Amino acid sequence: MDQNQAIHRAIVLDSRIESVDQAEATADRVAARAGFDEGERHRITMAVREITVNAVMHGNAYDTGKKVTIEFSLSPSDLVVNIRDQGSGFDAAGLADPLAPENLLRQSGRGIFLARAFMDRVEVRPSSSGTSVLLIKHRQARRPLDAPTRS
Amino acid sequence: MIQVNYRQIDSVTVVDVAGRITLGDGSTLLRDTIRELLDKGEKRILLNLGEVNYIDSSGLGELVSAFTQVRKQGGDLKLLNLTRKVRDLLQITKLYTVFDVRDSEVAAIAAFDPEIDSDAAPSPGM
Repeated sequence: MDQNQAIHRAIVLDSRIESVDQAEATADRVAARAGFDEGERHRITMAVREITVNAVMHGNAYDTGKKVTIEFSLSPSDLVVNIRDQGSGFDAAGLADPLAPENLLRQSGRGIFLARAFMDRVEVRPSSSGTSVLLIKHRQARRPLDAPTRS
Repeated sequence: MIQVNYRQIDSVTVVDVAGRITLGDGSTLLRDTIRELLDKGEKRILLNLGEVNYIDSSGLGELVSAFTQVRKQGGDLKLLNLTRKVRDLLQITKLYTVFDVRDSEVAAIAAFDPEIDSDAAPSPGM
């Protein structure tokens, strides 16, 4: 399989918890096809999972009439995942710092923080018609075909 | 997806968790188990996560919730046998500084404060 082949894949999910597992499984397949190792695949799938949870729970608020759309784009340089809900948007800048001592024992509020920790770039784009979160993972460390090792 | 069993060793309840602690059933089962133990008066709880291969932020929230609930009852909750992924997650989120994390079950059991007042006599595990 050509791991440098450009791939574009989109899935549309219902606003329910089960969709989160579907998003995670799809992310894992795309990341595997991109040649990411097991550790990176775990980080990518967890980032996708966390943002999808936010889209289902907070963005669409489990509204069965609203969908979560996830687009995966794989280029030779990057894996880009765009996760969009149809909620009313939210201000990511207003999120509490989960590492602050007063927040360490909070039960929630770590999702976007983990996505940022696990991906190379995370952009949150709120709008009145929903929130779009862009997750980017660089592939520069993975050169399966174009950089043969010479001894 | 998740299995939770517990056993009694001296005055400590060792909760063996296997699988994924994630949003939904995984988190709920763990929450219910901790509540059941507290209702029985078990206040020394050792959470064995050696077979846990995945925790998401909801699962982390459940661990924090379990910890605070046990502490509110005057008890203690420690973590045992973290996998590499779970250990990394606790370090990234600084929760490693909150939990007492142990690698040896015997040492972990010995580390519980004997002064913790237990409402229940030791009972056979499940």
